[in-house]
Amino acid sequence: MLLEKLCNADGVSGNEKEVREIIKEYAKDYADEIICDTMGNLMLKKCGKSSKKTVMISCHMDEVGFIISGINKDGYLEFQSVGGIDTRVIISKKVRIGKDKVKGIIGLKAIHLTTKSEREKVPKESDLFIDIGAKDADDARKYVKLGDYAAFDTEYEKLGESSIKAKAIDDRAGCCILCELIKEELPYDTWFCFCVQEEVGLRGAQIVANRINPDIALVVESTTCSDVPGAKEHEYVTRMNYGAAVSIMDRSTIVPKDFSQWLYNTAEKNGIKVQYKSLVSGGNDAGAIHKSLAGIKTASVSVPCRYLHSPVSIASEKDIEAVKELCRKYLTGIDEII
Amino acid sequence: MSYKLKTKTVFTGDDNLEKIIEELSNMRGISGFEYRINEKIAKMFEPYCDSTQIDNLGNVIVYKKGKKSNKKIMLEAHMDEIGLMVSGIDENGFISFVNIGGVDSRILPSCEVIIHGKKDIKGVIGAKPPHLQSAGEADKSVKIKDMTIDTGLSAEKVKELVSVGDSVTMAQSVGMLKNNNYSGKTLDDRAGVAAILEVFRRVDKIDADLYASISTQEEVGLRGAKVSAFSVNPDMAIAIDVCHAVTPDNSKEAFEAGTGTVITIGPNIHPKIADKLFEISKKYDIKTNTEVESGNTGTDAWAIQITKTGVPTALLSIPLKYMHTCVETMNLKDFEATVSLTERFVKESDEFSEDWLCY
Repeated sequence: MLLEKLCNADGVSGNEKEVREIIKEYAKDYADEIICDTMGNLMLKKCGKSSKKTVMISCHMDEVGFIISGINKDGYLEFQSVGGIDTRVIISKKVRIGKDKVKGIIGLKAIHLTTKSEREKVPKESDLFIDIGAKDADDARKYVKLGDYAAFDTEYEKLGESSIKAKAIDDRAGCCILCELIKEELPYDTWFCFCVQEEVGLRGAQIVANRINPDIALVVESTTCSDVPGAKEHEYVTRMNYGAAVSIMDRSTIVPKDFSQWLYNTAEKNGIKVQYKSLVSGGNDAGAIHKSLAGIKTASVSVPCRYLHSPVSIASEKDIEAVKELCRKYLTGIDEII
Repeated sequence: MSYKLKTKTVFTGDDNLEKIIEELSNMRGISGFEYRINEKIAKMFEPYCDSTQIDNLGNVIVYKKGKKSNKKIMLEAHMDEIGLMVSGIDENGFISFVNIGGVDSRILPSCEVIIHGKKDIKGVIGAKPPHLQSAGEADKSVKIKDMTIDTGLSAEKVKELVSVGDSVTMAQSVGMLKNNNYSGKTLDDRAGVAAILEVFRRVDKIDADLYASISTQEEVGLRGAKVSAFSVNPDMAIAIDVCHAVTPDNSKEAFEAGTGTVITIGPNIHPKIADKLFEISKKYDIKTNTEVESGNTGTDAWAIQITKTGVPTALLSIPLKYMHTCVETMNLKDFEATVSLTERFVKESDEFSEDWLCY
């Protein structure tokens, strides 16, 4: 299954190759033109019935992870996180490093050796380390070099009745949706854009938008879903199984009201479950795209995703399906928006 | 009710030691819930002994009859693991939990788990996301009472399958790292169980009756070994457990992984057995380290020593990194040293004089 393959692939920001290859292999037969730029962004053009309008739909290939920043004398690896990772979720977890996917673990000394006050504090990222079982620095260098990327070592699996658990659902869910939709017959020339480096500052999407110069753009994302105990209802952002999440605004973008409204109403009209993203938090590639060139009309629609940016996120297959259906309506209903 | 296995079945697992360690480490039985695994463990021992028995507390007692049956030697390791227990289910199906045994709450956020309800159910431990934390909360660890397990199931389904009191284990398994370093969910103390199994495989009949107690409830207070030692009533016992290995965040009370098995000395340990262990390790060039423990070793050896009229007891430990996390890591060289030393000790026991343990 494509989503499983995409989530199990490693593509920490700056190192998206593995993901890009899967997408290229899957979607190339449906594209009329393929561009891979110098930063690694993948753009696939699908010619429509008309070239009067240029439509863009985008997602990002990269995921949060780590980069190896040092090897100490005993052969343990120092690392920095790439993208926003809460240190709390990485302790006692597995990672895989570099091209050879060297197995590593992020350990923590035994509870027997800690004091109560120590246990109440989260260790600093700089105090943690990755253990690959190396004897010393020289031995470690046989397997790992500085600058190697490390990704969470989590297997994609079904969970519960209609959910999935995996790493990097943010934003492989979006990648998967785009890969499916490129098979459609479309009214206008449409660029399916798979961007790099979203997690480190919306960097890939910037140059993609500059190149494509679309009349309209839709960002397909995965976003925070905090409908969990401890959060109040107004803090949920999105709710799982409540459908596609349409953004009104986040820290990076204020979506043109008519566009977000159109998405919401179109979903409702067509029996697609939809919700508004209800808290101003985070940002996504829309932030870079809407300010590109002379300005681009941009909106975003997201898959609600619990435990985002952690080794194991959860999303609902029904929500992913809802986002896909809403994106399909967008691609075929451009005339109603612009 | 005590339970006796009637038929002898041949252990079908791979002969490969690593596979055996993996099989044991991946078993799921927290303290008090060893009934989930004790029959499987008994079956693993069956080809290498005369009988196995499961007692009232769930201990597996393995017996290999001696040629002379002139004394009884008991090897001991514990099968239980630390874990969690369901303490509540909320209206949306999120499951709250408590810890069983010493669990550092810092390893739990985003940990994958398996809930052993009416059937095994996968879940993920979640907590309030970082963007909702107030200033000052960010560097505080999340308390167990503020975490829940998310199963992706509806509340009705969760309530149908899960009950308060169900056990929960960590789902993660790791495998081999570089240089014979093996990492797993539960090497404390399934590594000890694997070591004893391997000793039983390697040792044929000796003069003495050879017993093994694969004990329950060590993590909650050395309970299983107390009663198994009572029923076996051995003339001497060797407990095999884990001790701390050196890591970048700790070098105190710890031994470098890969430098051998650890022989403990102190009031918990019969000095003559310890001396014999050192002597044999020298004779066969088995690498050892010495741990001095001024009192409670925190292992089943502490309970076994004062069973009935007293049992001369020793303790061998395998250095383990990140004990009580889901990435417990040992070096297979230390495992092998522990097995070899125990094997040699047991084999040489035929030569021990009748009164060698008297002061």
